[in-house]
Amino acid sequence: MGKDKSTYPKETYLKWYEDMLLMRRFEEKAAQLYGQQKIKGFCHLYIGQEAVVAGTMSALNADDRLITAYRDHAHAIACGIPAKEVMAELYGKATGCSKGKGGSMHMFSKEHNFFGGHGIVGGQIPLGAGIAFADQYRGGKQVTVCYMGDGAVRQGALHETFNMAMLWKLPVIFVCENNGYAMGTSVERTTNMTDIYKIGLGYDMPSKAVDGMKCETVHEAIAEAAERARTGNGPTFLEIRTYRYRGHSMSDPAKYRSKEEVEDYKTNKDPLEQCKAVIAKNKWMNEADFETLENKIEAHVAEAVEFAENSPWPTPDELYKDVYVEEDYPFIMD
Amino acid sequence: MRTIQMREALREAITEEMRRDENVFLIGEEVAEYNGAYKVSQGMLDEFGPRRVIDTPIAELGFAGIAVGAAMNGLRPVCEFMTFNFSLVAIDQVINASAKILSMSGGQFGNPIVFRGPTGSAGQLGAQHSQSFANWYANTPGLKVIEISNPYDAKGLLKSAIRDNNPVIFMESEQMYGDKGEVPEEGYLIPIGVADIKRAGTDVTIVSFGKIMKVALAAAEALAQENNIQVEVIDLRTVRPIDYKTVIESVKKTNRLVVVEEAWPLASISREISYEVQRQAFDYLDAPVRCITTRDVPLGYAPTFVEEFLPNTKRVTEAVKAVVYV
Ligand SMILES: Cc1ncc(C[n+]2csc(CCOP(=O)(O)OP(=O)(O)O)c2C)c(N)n1
Ligand SMILES: [Mg+2]
Repeated sequence: MGKDKSTYPKETYLKWYEDMLLMRRFEEKAAQLYGQQKIKGFCHLYIGQEAVVAGTMSALNADDRLITAYRDHAHAIACGIPAKEVMAELYGKATGCSKGKGGSMHMFSKEHNFFGGHGIVGGQIPLGAGIAFADQYRGGKQVTVCYMGDGAVRQGALHETFNMAMLWKLPVIFVCENNGYAMGTSVERTTNMTDIYKIGLGYDMPSKAVDGMKCETVHEAIAEAAERARTGNGPTFLEIRTYRYRGHSMSDPAKYRSKEEVEDYKTNKDPLEQCKAVIAKNKWMNEADFETLENKIEAHVAEAVEFAENSPWPTPDELYKDVYVEEDYPFIMD
Repeated sequence: MRTIQMREALREAITEEMRRDENVFLIGEEVAEYNGAYKVSQGMLDEFGPRRVIDTPIAELGFAGIAVGAAMNGLRPVCEFMTFNFSLVAIDQVINASAKILSMSGGQFGNPIVFRGPTGSAGQLGAQHSQSFANWYANTPGLKVIEISNPYDAKGLLKSAIRDNNPVIFMESEQMYGDKGEVPEEGYLIPIGVADIKRAGTDVTIVSFGKIMKVALAAAEALAQENNIQVEVIDLRTVRPIDYKTVIESVKKTNRLVVVEEAWPLASISREISYEVQRQAFDYLDAPVRCITTRDVPLGYAPTFVEEFLPNTKRVTEAVKAVVYV
């Protein structure tokens, strides 16, 4: 559990807690709405993993970049995309952050430096390095954080990318969010070498494992890696160990793991509870404050849902926009 | 006759072939312990064990390549892609290796392998999970390409594909795994490359294949009820090789053709067929051939986009009416 004397200021903890609470309540609501068929398609919840993205954001600058896979709702919100635009995207409404074109798996926001949620496992790994390449090319000081799952590290694209990222000292932080499973496949069943961070060592990339259930440890690791990247010393590979409470997607009953395993994380390692414990211990918030915050977040989520509900569907002609830059591209019609 | 689901028909095909031939094995993501992402391989790990029902990491290029190599050395892999969208990660091994091993080696090394999995759209899954590549693969000499539309065809054609000594791409649909249909208990084979007339008719020919056959058949039914137009509906079943004989014979009878396909239009199977039909049956055509494909764009997530994107009964009936000039 949280340290007695925190090394981080009160504001940092309050921000972590509020951000994580929003992510969690937002997704709990999304799960409900999925049950009501308001949200369709694949929907992958981040619940349990919140400290990874919260701890990342506090260690970055506003103009740093993020890219991740399809489990992207929390990343989108953490980057500063308004929750209502993320919710509208989940509905597929025209007001969504990808205009209803992406849905759950493909949130994007150029304004908030969120380079998207990507659906092909591992496909975003080279893209993350490429985003960093562009910043290096222009002599910028930005850092790119490129997330992937434990399943994604088995893709060949990772190895090609790691090699070039090291060779060219690209300002990128590769973060493997190791939640123990790729769909129904545990890490142990895909490899002989279960310490995922060691993959980086084959490329001489600074690499380590990090406790991902605490914002503090994540923040520390990201801050160190960001400093390395910003000073021209190249990429870092972080295996951030975390856990997803829900199934892989809404249709997965998650029978491949034990109830005890899930319960252990929920009761002993929950990122929100750990953060809350530090806040309570330091008396930064009392019970009434926590309740006020709950209500505030609840209202925030309700407002997002209302916005999504009241937003229009994209019109069919919108499907032909953004495919090409030209507005008069001659599509083949029947 | 008994009725079973598509997923059961596919499972029976693979199971029967694995019992028959020790060299046949199943490899792919989540095929063993999870019993298949769409439960096609349910129970197969229990029957055959982990030597022959093999879970892989998410590494399509690697495991497809390993399967191709195993096929070069005498085994007969059934290589599952969770969906064919992800086969693009592996496409180098399929096109650059599997499809041309026999030719490059002057006939010495063969590649008896089946690459199978769901293709096409499956609701609101967005641009990366809704694609149809039958025509991409069908473009490649050395491959055979099958896309099925019902459980009976699925079983008979998958068994033939597994026994075939060439690489075969075998395409299914997430949205059809629960479809039920009559399938005999006893084993049977359906030859690759033979189309099937799913509905006889005299006025117009519709050619289609795969899941979108449902739209073709629904349109044919509606046209019979409402306009007294008798449509002959041909299910290609195989798109390489294409059974042009059946198509041309039908067009010579009806003098009109509409092709319905779930794929982007440029260089599609439908446009390919249009060429061959005008070449072989020009004098028999009473109207230009019409192709109803998906829209020429990536499929966005919103329901309004899905509605706009896919061939539907309205578009197909309108095309049919256009070729009969009503
Ligand atoms: C190339 C590719 N293969 C397969 C899939 C299907 N798929 C989607 S998510 C997933 C599991 C990924 O697990 P992991 O990388 O650990 O990420 P997590 O879902 O745990 O966040 C699979 C197999 C895909 N989307 N892309
Ligand atoms: Mg995982």
